[in-house]
Amino acid sequence: MIKQPVHIDESDVVIRLRSLEKSFGNLHVLRGIDLDVHKGENVVVLGRSGTGKSVLIKIISGLLKADAGEVWVLGEDMNAINPKSLRALRLKIGFSFQNSALYDSMTIKENLEFPLVRNKKHLTRKEINLAVEKVLDDVGLLQTLRQMPAELSGGQRKRVGIARTLILQPEIMLYDEPTAGLDPITSTDINNLINEVQQQYGTSSIIITHDLTCAKTTGDRIAMMVEGRFIQQGSFETIFESNDPTVTSFYQYNFINGDETNQK
Amino acid sequence: MSKELKTSGKYLLSARADKFFLSLYQVYRFLLLFFKEALLPPYEWKEVIRQCYNVGYKSLPLISLTGFITGIVFTKQSRPSLAEFGATSWLPSLIAIAIIRALAPLVTALIAAGKVGSNMGAELGSMRVTEQIDAMEVSATNPFKFLVVTRIQATTLMIPILMMYTAFVGLIGSYLNIHANELTSFKAFFQSAFVTITFRDFFISSLKALVYGFTIGATGCFQGYYATQGTQGVGRAANWAVVVSMFLIFVEEITIVQIFNSIRTG
Repeated sequence: MIKQPVHIDESDVVIRLRSLEKSFGNLHVLRGIDLDVHKGENVVVLGRSGTGKSVLIKIISGLLKADAGEVWVLGEDMNAINPKSLRALRLKIGFSFQNSALYDSMTIKENLEFPLVRNKKHLTRKEINLAVEKVLDDVGLLQTLRQMPAELSGGQRKRVGIARTLILQPEIMLYDEPTAGLDPITSTDINNLINEVQQQYGTSSIIITHDLTCAKTTGDRIAMMVEGRFIQQGSFETIFESNDPTVTSFYQYNFINGDETNQK
Repeated sequence: MSKELKTSGKYLLSARADKFFLSLYQVYRFLLLFFKEALLPPYEWKEVIRQCYNVGYKSLPLISLTGFITGIVFTKQSRPSLAEFGATSWLPSLIAIAIIRALAPLVTALIAAGKVGSNMGAELGSMRVTEQIDAMEVSATNPFKFLVVTRIQATTLMIPILMMYTAFVGLIGSYLNIHANELTSFKAFFQSAFVTITFRDFFISSLKALVYGFTIGATGCFQGYYATQGTQGVGRAANWAVVVSMFLIFVEEITIVQIFNSIRTG
């Protein structure tokens, strides 16, 4: 089912990218990206693997530096931000990694309380425990509290990864391939969770994916990326109706790979 | 600079030489960052204590076994030579000099390089390739301070303590062997052993162990923290952590001994 777009105040931009460029050696990954993400909006960056989608959100989170162009996140210029302000800004950004990136040596509880213990030192042990239980309950995995990450399934790990970012109540969520490697039912659960997070926590999100179902069910707006550029932006229907051969070949690729719900 | 060189396809000296000097520069920057992060607050005392437990307490069984066997074997091997001159009464002194001045620091460091260094290389390497270090960074935690600085501090603190322990266990092993053959009492053994040992010997050995500890921690963390290329990179990080730290330990051993011998004779 196509997601019903939420009401967006277009004057309230939380992420602004202008003429963004990034290269690794001879490999020109991002070639002039322009994007605005508004408060409360889910923007899906759709494209094939290796087109620079993950690099884009790593630049937004400050893990990578752009070679050229402007990056503004919650009013902060990421090209000129000092370490102290970057640290404060990161408390407002949640990053859900493709492979969840849970700390292997810690239990689920320790994974979840890690950002709190590190950054909210005024909290009591009881407050930390309550916050951990609440956020784990929000993703439906309260029973995994004492387990180790290795004991969880791929879908459960994704959920815990999302819960770990939610514990700091971020304003922005960055999802890197949230449904990659998951079966269709678990993928649907994750897509629903992304929408629940948007509603419950009021987050603005960028969702990186090559999964059309994920794009269709979570995106208020889709940005189609090909070879480091956005070739189209708009609602899912707008992109879906496009006659651009690159866009149609992407649909065909998804169809051939079994996503029959996305047949044109 | 490396990017410019790569993209232009030109090298200052040659591909290998440039790579070598760039690696040295990376090591220099790593050490500079370590001292900066170690000296500036906030300090990660809890994590340092946790790492001390990992490095020290968890190494005890292996260190005990190695130290004990070293003491016994060295005593057994030395006895025939001394017996030829009727000087077996010198065994405790000889063993104490050998263990405290050379064997204890070296054996402890080599065991720790294999156990602790490789562990650090593999653990941090695995965290790097599975994006756990990035996850730490985006959750507003300084991963270098939390993961690297604490581990290097722990090895620097714990290797001298482990060295003392190895020396003690080695001497116990030696005593048991001497007691079994020469019926020497515990008191007589230790009185004889420490006749030739001075505070200076303990000081030099502790200093050596301190340097080895820093080397093991820094090498393991450097290899792991900058690991690349997936699981292959993790294996390489663990392997290089051991190889490089063992090589450096021997270089440091000969350098420190040379320096203190020059001071002694000079």
